[in-house]
Amino acid sequence: MSDVPPTPLAEGTSGRVEQGIADPNVIATVERRQWQIVLLRFFRHRLAVASLLLFVLIVAFAFLGPLLWSYDHRIHPDIPSSQPPSLTHPFGTTSAGHDVMAQVMRGTQQSLKVALTVALMATAVGSIWGAVAGLYRGRIDAIMMRGVDVILILPLLVLVAALAGNVRGGTTWWAVALLISLVGWASIARVVRGVVLSLREQEFIEAAYAAGASDLRIILRHLLPNAAGPIIVAGTLAVAFAILIEAGLSFLGFGIQPPDTSLGLLIENARTAPFVRPWLFYPPGVFIILVCLTINFVGDGLRDALDPRQSLRR
Amino acid sequence: MVAYTARRLIAAVPVLLAASLLCFVLIDIAGDPLADLRLADPPVPEETIEAAERHLYRDRSVVERYVLWTTGINGRGDIGLLQGRFGPSVRGPAFDIGEQIRDRFLVTLRLVVIALVMAIGLAVLTGVFSAMRQYSTVDYLLTFIGFLCLAMPTFWLAALIKEGGVWVNQQVGHHIFYTIGAASADTRAFTAWESFTDAAAHLFLPTMALMLTGYAQLSRYQRTSMLEVLDSDYIRLARAKGLRNGIVMRRHALRTALIPMVTLSALLVAGTIDGAILIERVFQWRGLGDFFVQAVSANDTYAVMGWLMLSGAIVVVANLVADLLYAVLDPRIRYE
Repeated sequence: MSDVPPTPLAEGTSGRVEQGIADPNVIATVERRQWQIVLLRFFRHRLAVASLLLFVLIVAFAFLGPLLWSYDHRIHPDIPSSQPPSLTHPFGTTSAGHDVMAQVMRGTQQSLKVALTVALMATAVGSIWGAVAGLYRGRIDAIMMRGVDVILILPLLVLVAALAGNVRGGTTWWAVALLISLVGWASIARVVRGVVLSLREQEFIEAAYAAGASDLRIILRHLLPNAAGPIIVAGTLAVAFAILIEAGLSFLGFGIQPPDTSLGLLIENARTAPFVRPWLFYPPGVFIILVCLTINFVGDGLRDALDPRQSLRR
Repeated sequence: MVAYTARRLIAAVPVLLAASLLCFVLIDIAGDPLADLRLADPPVPEETIEAAERHLYRDRSVVERYVLWTTGINGRGDIGLLQGRFGPSVRGPAFDIGEQIRDRFLVTLRLVVIALVMAIGLAVLTGVFSAMRQYSTVDYLLTFIGFLCLAMPTFWLAALIKEGGVWVNQQVGHHIFYTIGAASADTRAFTAWESFTDAAAHLFLPTMALMLTGYAQLSRYQRTSMLEVLDSDYIRLARAKGLRNGIVMRRHALRTALIPMVTLSALLVAGTIDGAILIERVFQWRGLGDFFVQAVSANDTYAVMGWLMLSGAIVVVANLVADLLYAVLDPRIRYE
């Protein structure tokens, strides 16, 4: 199946090929939809597929793990203090009496919740901002993109930390996600604007205008779907960006507050431990690295899969 | 060239103006520096709060305060960015924000600048090497290290490096690595040379930690840009002329491949300032990062706004320098 080149849709092969007819004269062509081609290409990218699998496992560990595991991330009086990893506590315990694996599960869960929310919000806002600026060009574009420039000249972690310092009475993951999204959309807007600038000159946009489509319809139905590739890639990169910013924020003490926990907070608590009690120091760091690495590789795979200039056969 | 420089300088003004507006709106309006005082238990007398409001210019309107903060007109002589004053601190009149920033500026600046220079240098070396030996074991190894550095939280790596230094010191029984502070506790008896070596020794581990993220980003781009250049016709021509490989690489390929690095390095400045805050916390430096964290904790709005403006201005200047360098290096860019 996969060795057969896809039939271009434009050549009028509208009907589906009947698989049952065994006529040697019929050239077996398979019509594939756009997303089928993308999936096919993606699944040839072995590193990306392995990364996706690992990422899904981490998500399961973070969200299903706490339901199955016998301890939660809080202090339990029956947990022995400062134990190295054992069968009952695979990641060891803290001096206060936390089960480290339960803490890492909870931390990964909170970090992922923040990161996925940021990816969703920042991508949505950034895409629309970039599409509007790119479509209208001229003065509107200039003003909108200067706004983006201004956000990007400020150190983003610093900006988020300055804002998070104002949040009173314990920062929740939701507030952290909102604050990171507030600065994270700018780079996505820049990418989308670039794509839209070239898309808007193409014939299908002209055709849509001729058919009487409104600007809103052009943006939502024509520009954004055609810019889906770069947008999805930017979205995956935003996940890694958000995980690292959230960790830095927690490390400075302006992120998620105890008794809740996040990966950055766990590292902050174990800052001096790498050679004394390594089981406290390595798991949260390794989980951050794994999430960022896998999501970057998935993004890479998607970038290749969504690029129409690349042939199906690699 | 002069006209081009002037045009660039003028273009930077509205960006800085917009940045000041953004900082002000986000920090001044979103946060009340006196919230702790108002909620204090037992309640603080009304006069104390009013006096604090007057001290911080909170008795004026938002628009008035913005004009005051940027220009210092109608102030009491302690505010106005254009006059080099950062405004009153919530931590009392004895705490001078401007003085604190000036004292700590050099400490952080040397960390950031040295880390950036090292990141750029190392990225050029390994990026070029990767490109010349594309798909070799070394290339794959460097690529993997690059991806790893990109995925690693700066402060996690820094903590590991710092504790590693402490561990080595303990094992050897001798103070090899300095892991705390930007300089030794007592430097009064030091000669100029001793102060310099002392500061350099304290810089070693923090810069190592800080440069790796920037290095990871830059080396990827350097590899790509070198690969593109090596594939171009003029390199083939240079080889066809019979030039030696070393000369083709140095005089023809590298020169062109370095041009995009100028812009990228400028983009990296903001990220390095972010990283410096985290690194300073790990190595317990008393630089601008420590100042910033304390200012946010104390809800010191003028200190935070001033800090943000300062870093924004540094990034704008870095971009300006990159633009000018670009015009000098790349003959395709004309500056009429």
